[in-house]
Amino acid sequence: MSQNLEQTQNTTRYPRYADASLIRSRFTGAVEEIIEAASEITLVAKREGLAELMTWLRDEPSLRFNYLSDISGVDLGEFASPRFAVAYHLYSLDHNHRLRVKVFLEEDDARVPTMWNVWKSSNWLEREVYDMFGVTFDGHPDLRRILMPADYDGHPLRKDFPIKGY
Amino acid sequence: MGLETKIGEVLPEVITTQLDSLVNWARKSALWPATFGLACCAIEMMAMTDPRNDVARFGAEVFRASPRQADVMIVAGRVSIKMAPVLRRIYDQMPEPKWVISMGVCASAGGVFNNYAIVQGVDKVVPVDIFVPGCPPRPEGLIWAIMKLQEKIERDKVFKEEKAA
Repeated sequence: MSQNLEQTQNTTRYPRYADASLIRSRFTGAVEEIIEAASEITLVAKREGLAELMTWLRDEPSLRFNYLSDISGVDLGEFASPRFAVAYHLYSLDHNHRLRVKVFLEEDDARVPTMWNVWKSSNWLEREVYDMFGVTFDGHPDLRRILMPADYDGHPLRKDFPIKGY
Repeated sequence: MGLETKIGEVLPEVITTQLDSLVNWARKSALWPATFGLACCAIEMMAMTDPRNDVARFGAEVFRASPRQADVMIVAGRVSIKMAPVLRRIYDQMPEPKWVISMGVCASAGGVFNNYAIVQGVDKVVPVDIFVPGCPPRPEGLIWAIMKLQEKIERDKVFKEEKAA
């Protein structure tokens, strides 16, 4: 009885983040930094080798991040360098744990490889980041605007975008 | 002229009236709204049809999903720039005569959404007959708009096109 209760509490506890030590042991090249704050783990990755890292995170039996919750874009301001960041929010349905992967990008080279080959759900999420921030996703099957009209001018969530539009 | 009293004496089962008032009475008594719920205003628009508010008293309870069967469009909510051509197309598909009610401050003037994504007033896209203030307007407010629209329809001329030509 008590053991059952304990198990129930363990699986429903949130937020649960993945064990960082395994990630740290592998991919020392593609991983720049692992930030642990407020019991959350953020993995700062390099753009090069990102697809391999993501595939490994998905397939590694003890991690199994088989669900891509969200992709968010970040604009750190027009004077910041690097200016942009793309954050991937991963979740494992098998292990009930999460991980955040961040990639920082320079303004004149705001492009990342698509994760469409790893998680099909990244299709529309990447289109949203492209629409709002103007980050290009290389290899994306259908990189069009998703929220704004097709003939819209500018990327609305950039810090230098006027609130009323161009 | 006294002609209608003569007819009334000879044929008591016949009534006489002006064509304008007969046609306008028919039009105003059976307004079929096209559903164009875009935001929280749509909840109040639905509440207008419930037994408590009962817009059926004014003959405007038959919401149609097809613009071909509707004659008044209630724009309920904020219209995004991407939605504007869709709204115009729905309006163009409605048969004449047709009217538009702009419900709430967002549809009327953009409201709090004074930003890059929202049309600042639906009258930039379609001609609006009645603006309803409120955020959102209460169902009574929308019923007021329908009554105002009925008054406007009463003033209408059925053969105005022929007269203008």
